[in-house]
Amino acid sequence: MLKTPVYMDNHATTPCDPRVLDAIMPYFTSKFGNAASRNHSFGWEAEEAVGKARDQIAGIINAKSKEIIFTSGATESDNLAIKGVAEFYKDKGNHLITCVTEHKAVLDSCRALERLGKATVTYLPVDKYGMVDPDAVRKAITDKTVLITIMYANNEIGTIHPIREIGKIAKQREIVFHCDAVQAVGKIPVDVEKDGIDLLSMSGHKIYGPKGVGALYVRSKGPRVRLTPIIDGGGHERGMRSGTLNVTGIVGFGAACEIAKTELAGEARYLTDLRNQLQAQLFERLDEVYLNGHPTERLPGNLNVSFAYVEGESLLMGINDVAVSSGSACTSATLEPSYVIRALGTDEELAHSSIRFGLGRFNTGEEVDYVAERVTKEVKRLREMSPLYEMAREGIDLKSVQWKA
Amino acid sequence: MSYSDKVLDHYNHPRNVGSFARDDANVGTGVVGAPECGDVMKLQLKISDAGVIEDARFKTFGCGSAIASSSYVTELVKGKHIDEAMAIKNTVIVKELNLPPVKIHCSVLAEDAIKAAISDWKTHKGVAPQKAQEK
Repeated sequence: MLKTPVYMDNHATTPCDPRVLDAIMPYFTSKFGNAASRNHSFGWEAEEAVGKARDQIAGIINAKSKEIIFTSGATESDNLAIKGVAEFYKDKGNHLITCVTEHKAVLDSCRALERLGKATVTYLPVDKYGMVDPDAVRKAITDKTVLITIMYANNEIGTIHPIREIGKIAKQREIVFHCDAVQAVGKIPVDVEKDGIDLLSMSGHKIYGPKGVGALYVRSKGPRVRLTPIIDGGGHERGMRSGTLNVTGIVGFGAACEIAKTELAGEARYLTDLRNQLQAQLFERLDEVYLNGHPTERLPGNLNVSFAYVEGESLLMGINDVAVSSGSACTSATLEPSYVIRALGTDEELAHSSIRFGLGRFNTGEEVDYVAERVTKEVKRLREMSPLYEMAREGIDLKSVQWKA
Repeated sequence: MSYSDKVLDHYNHPRNVGSFARDDANVGTGVVGAPECGDVMKLQLKISDAGVIEDARFKTFGCGSAIASSSYVTELVKGKHIDEAMAIKNTVIVKELNLPPVKIHCSVLAEDAIKAAISDWKTHKGVAPQKAQEK
């Protein structure tokens, strides 16, 4: 039996895997020690658990355990990477390279540095699939460039960037390469050695772990990357991030990585199949549906489409027992439509009409059928109500109309 | 953000959805908003020679509150004289639908749609010349 509401917003967050929860529970009650307590068994027990989690997390990106710095989440990891590098390497240069479709945690960290006069930033454009051109990265490099920060895969449209090529360029030019890999880790193979990544942000709750825990991978050799901390205190995490370790969160994050690593290949196939099933059903039943993002270089569980002539929020309202998200302005705090979709150079109204389906480990084929059915029905209903659909049917070119906003 | 019961009701059961023939001399058509802003409302009013709004139809591309605002407006204006309808303020719509502050622009757009439709009717009737809305 299908249970509603159906959750299909797994890029926003994922439920905690029951196996992860089982691993965490003892650390709330009997094994509650502070991992920094060096003089009793409670502390040792916690320290050992953190050490195991560090191994598990390092394992999923082919890093060494000591290269994992625990944080409160990927936003903090991005802040630490970008601000930490800009500060530490300020005598070497002050130029950063990023791209326009990065997560706000990256973009706003860059903007904060610009505002303080601590950096100049190049925001690279993306192509119509949302992909950054490695050649553009190469050309943007100056003798003042200290950091390249490009995400592994986009959180809205799922496009996977040519990370390995960018990593090579960074290595050749001896520039630190940071990668926000929140959406990629545990979903597709990520290897900091092969990919040439020096700093990598990741998060627990995107991979069926708990919220409030993340990590920053900091390369220790070839080259050793240095950072100025943004949180000062007791000198935890090799001085890069002070604060008592979130042992329960870290244990869960570790367990989540262990599971994700073991199941990655099978899960990626499963999610790709579900995604293709959803895409096929929507495209067969509806006209004027447009795929946002790359047709093939895309996260397995991601499907982002625009239903022309239908506003995204109104569609979400119609499918109220299905949890998905929209790039519509009305669903964002800023009342601006998705900057990611707009960066693709498509028509502005298609950003308002975009819906992101984020499939995850616990979705089923039955749920996909149900969601496709609900969405199809609602899009048809709303199109009957849409003056734009009517005008398009009458053969009016919407671009020729002088709108009075 | 949750929606008020009235917004939900209009969204789920929109009143007077549809279109009148644009070239009908008794029909005034108002199209306001822009697709790139995420809101377009088309309001059509059938107005008697005496200036009484006899019927109304709408089609809206926009969020649930925009759909609800236009649906409500079609009910509100029916039977009113155009002078009365011209005096309708967006605050009436805000109050009826319990719109939150971020959705006030939907009610403003609905108010604009009434004015645009009436002014289009006046143009038809030769009351006051007005520029065509479409090139």
